[in-house]
Amino acid sequence: MTSNQTVRWVAKPALFLGSLAPAAWLVVAALTEQLSPDPLADITNETGVWTLRFLCITLAMTPLRRMTGWNGVIRFRRMLGLFAFFYGSLHLLTYLVADRLASLDLPAGIAWQTVGALANATLPDVLKRPFITVGFASWLCMLPLALTSTAGMIRRLGGRRWQLLHRLTYVAAAAAVLHYWWLVKADVRRPETYALVVGLLLIFRAWWWGRSARAPVTRRVAA
Amino acid sequence: MLIKSSASIPSSEITDKRLYMDRRTFMRSATALATARAMLGADALVQAAQPASHGKKLENVRASGYSTDERTTWEQITSYNNYYEFGADKEQPARLARTLVTEPWTVAVEGECNKPAVYHLEDVLKGRTLEDRVYRHRCVEAWSMVIPWVGFPLADFIKKCEPTSRARFVEFTSLSDPKQMLGTRVPVLPWPYVEGLRMDEAMHPLTILVVGLYGKVLPNQNGAPLRLAVPWKYGFKHAKSIVKIRFVEQQPLNTWRRQGPQEYGFYANVNPTVDHPRWSQATERRLPGIFKNRKTLLFNGYADQVASLYSGMDLRKNF
Repeated sequence: MTSNQTVRWVAKPALFLGSLAPAAWLVVAALTEQLSPDPLADITNETGVWTLRFLCITLAMTPLRRMTGWNGVIRFRRMLGLFAFFYGSLHLLTYLVADRLASLDLPAGIAWQTVGALANATLPDVLKRPFITVGFASWLCMLPLALTSTAGMIRRLGGRRWQLLHRLTYVAAAAAVLHYWWLVKADVRRPETYALVVGLLLIFRAWWWGRSARAPVTRRVAA
Repeated sequence: MLIKSSASIPSSEITDKRLYMDRRTFMRSATALATARAMLGADALVQAAQPASHGKKLENVRASGYSTDERTTWEQITSYNNYYEFGADKEQPARLARTLVTEPWTVAVEGECNKPAVYHLEDVLKGRTLEDRVYRHRCVEAWSMVIPWVGFPLADFIKKCEPTSRARFVEFTSLSDPKQMLGTRVPVLPWPYVEGLRMDEAMHPLTILVVGLYGKVLPNQNGAPLRLAVPWKYGFKHAKSIVKIRFVEQQPLNTWRRQGPQEYGFYANVNPTVDHPRWSQATERRLPGIFKNRKTLLFNGYADQVASLYSGMDLRKNF
């Protein structure tokens, strides 16, 4: 097997299954009644925290590549990013269904009015509560990235523009950290940890860009 | 004054014991996850909750007309606790409160009263008739349970202390001992935990000092050996492991209000029309339910008994 084939047939499927594990675990735990007495909190927390983790892991791919020179890691970035979007969407869906939809007085059956009522119950909530606003903004940042993640879209947009667009990941990650920070009641140590991780990953980029900007000059001097 | 047994809690919502019994076994098998978790720091993943084993049965407990007729299970009530002295996660108190020593226990009575003293718990309990009081319990976080407390009216104890006319509020202080309470080693909240009630709220017959749960001695994670239950107020008003009761003229600064005055008030009366800045209080999740679909009741359904305490008050301002 060439290394190309190994990535394609072994590494990627393994990563895919591994990334799916938290969601699978939640489903199994919910079905077998293994969650805490507040299952909604568990599902919300888990999907939220895994969104943040996948964002961190995705953001770590480029620094990892730069530092190790192992260009292969970049082949996993898209899948990891899509999993961040996947968990973010589950997280959003949990809020929409278990919190917003459930709070409505619903007539029997789901009708178009239901969608309207849901929007009416959700939009003010999203706009009124800053932590939900930034959380939703984070998901909105990820949405176009997921939609333009295919090879075809990269071609259509052109590499340069595509790359620029996908820097929205930084905004998504920062907003996600803020969302977590504003959510906790008192103990901010966990959000702090994520803020630190995301911060370091972004600082690395700034440093790298600064270095590459200086690089040609350095080379000239050296020559 | 009787509370009608509430038909709003169908028996289908009583928590199934099975739900919480062997979570732990499952968790151990999830090692792959655990590894991933360790990489990014142990986090919010649900940890095994550990319900308390049943304690000593309390004698001579009589039924109370204040009870509702539904209840959350022992396992749920003792494995899902907001008790920051034992960690900010809800499953932590069940594990970490084992170190709490509740015997001997004293309660210092101070301030504007004729009988200031340090009472041994036995003396606090002497002559009291314990009652089963099944109360709806509504957390400010918008979840709720129905809990069969065992206790006695706080008013009975207050009378014994003979507060003076200057006593307008009662302040409760919880134990804060870093040796026994792991959570107090971290300044997550300003320790010790302080709560307070207006004198008329404290004297109200619904307000009780709790020493038991389901007819058994109160488990540590639920605030043993002595805690407050004020069923028309949010859970954080229910001071746990009380070591000091002080009669004061000025409104006490309760811990959560000190922590976030925009989010947590002094009164903290359950009110569906006054939202928490970060979430709606109009509906709640009756645990272990997933959906936030239960209409929250004004004063948690105890409006008939307590609404008169607040007549003429702006409940929006005095949230």
